[in-house]
Amino acid sequence: MKISREDVLRVAELGCLELSEAELERYRAQIDEILEYIDKLNELDTANVEPMAQVLTEVQTADATLREDLVVPCAVADEVLQHAPDPEPPYFRVPKVIER
Amino acid sequence: MSELTTINAVRDTIAAKKVSAREVAADYFKRISARNGELNAYLTLCEERAYRQADRVDAMVAAGKPLPPLAGVPVAVKDVISTRGIRTTCSSKILTNYVPPYDATAVTRLETAGAVILGKTNCDEFAMGSSNENSAYGPVQNPAAPGCVPGGSSGGSAAAVAADLAVASLGTDTGGSIRQPGSFCGIPAMMGSYGRVSRYGLIAFASSLDRIGAFAHCVADVAAVLKILAGRDPNDSTSTTAPVEDYVAGLGKPVAGMKIGIPKEYFGAGMDAGVREKVTAGIELLRKLGCDVREIQLPHTDYAIATYYIIATAEASSNLARYDGVRYGPRVEGDSLSAMYRKTRGAGFGAEVKRRIVLGTYVLSAGYYDAYYLKGQKVRALIAEDFRNAFAQVDAIVTPVSPVPPFKFGERVDDPLQMYLADIYTVTASLAGLPGISVPCGRIGGKLPVGLQMIGPAFGEAPVLRLAHAFEKAGGATL
Repeated sequence: MKISREDVLRVAELGCLELSEAELERYRAQIDEILEYIDKLNELDTANVEPMAQVLTEVQTADATLREDLVVPCAVADEVLQHAPDPEPPYFRVPKVIER
Repeated sequence: MSELTTINAVRDTIAAKKVSAREVAADYFKRISARNGELNAYLTLCEERAYRQADRVDAMVAAGKPLPPLAGVPVAVKDVISTRGIRTTCSSKILTNYVPPYDATAVTRLETAGAVILGKTNCDEFAMGSSNENSAYGPVQNPAAPGCVPGGSSGGSAAAVAADLAVASLGTDTGGSIRQPGSFCGIPAMMGSYGRVSRYGLIAFASSLDRIGAFAHCVADVAAVLKILAGRDPNDSTSTTAPVEDYVAGLGKPVAGMKIGIPKEYFGAGMDAGVREKVTAGIELLRKLGCDVREIQLPHTDYAIATYYIIATAEASSNLARYDGVRYGPRVEGDSLSAMYRKTRGAGFGAEVKRRIVLGTYVLSAGYYDAYYLKGQKVRALIAEDFRNAFAQVDAIVTPVSPVPPFKFGERVDDPLQMYLADIYTVTASLAGLPGISVPCGRIGGKLPVGLQMIGPAFGEAPVLRLAHAFEKAGGATL
């Protein structure tokens, strides 16, 4: 077994995800099978391979990476707040975070 | 007006004042209302915006002004792409009432080119799936293969075009989500190279893989839409300055002598016999067109699915952290902030999204990062290198799109690993950042559509489109 019930609970906690008992067991079994399959990558010796985080070469992104740091107006705060679950313009309200 | 299904037909008829852009839009909305109840391709329609845009086109016609390339052309947009003032759900309950405050660059570019956006199309939730069965708003029916899935994740965009409910549509492709539904619905579908089309306003799934691309009835229309979408956008630092060729103008050039590589690893066990027969006939047709067809090797193909599902889920777990019940979507209250997060996300995400968040968080977590995520990034480099080596010998690579034809609803949804394994022919070009098109390659038993995939080197969209166009003209769809 690659992944235990406790592992799934820990990961769900990290990912802020509430899972039912049924989901917990179903995902554990399915992810276990997927991880078993992923193990085939260990057939490859990658000790001298540089990891590839993204595909664009420096030449392709040369112009894209740096620009002037300019302030541009962005007057969408009202629109954004309008669809929030609990807005109090100009803020988003959340449940109490700090206990006194 | 049923003949107005291509860009040129729509634009020329409007330019000749035989019909107005408003009438074209009205006709398409009429068709949508007749068929969408059954197909479920559209989630949201935007009549007001569409007619406003159609009226702008009609005013240009009246004033005798030159018409832009997509003047009056009715298009559909996948519901993971932001549209200002138009609900954008990602087919998820967690964004059920989300209305973006801005337009994606792809949307702005379409409208600037005169296109009329009809509405937003159904897809797998957050573009995660290969059958469109993961939508929170119900599956899409395949208009080309009744009773079968339309493919995914861009199933609604593919079905809308295939059913003549749009002339063209935008989809997104992360591991095959444009090419595979294009194949299943029997229409051409293309993603350009990574960096070719701006993703500003695309709601992210896996940022190192996500791309926006197009569906249409013919390769020439796919080329025309891609040309409008392509090019540098200051709002997306991953969009490149590589020059954009005139994809449409290049379509007529000859393909005889083009060197085509057929990777032997893509023809092993696991391919449906009907798919194999059609793809083999497709390759034969390329030979008849004078292409120099030869076998090549992409030796790390067998590791692509494992690599893809590490990288895509890791990036997804990070990108989807933003859905926390604070800024958008419905909130489920809890005793504390963290309880509210957990409950909101537990209730708002569907099964496949939760499964991928758990897997993606796991492969990134302390103690497992090196064994999974880092390993995946290294194998990704090997897969990309395979393609670089291959493109030193050939101009394009031709493969099947999917090992299986369109399948029945419910047939695969309970076995995620089996569903993932069917992405084998499409995830490779995604990992390597290469352009790929699916072009119709006959129907099994005259019914189930099969697609042929053509992959080009980075920023080699033009030769891929030219090859696909020649294949289509030579009767590829009726093999």
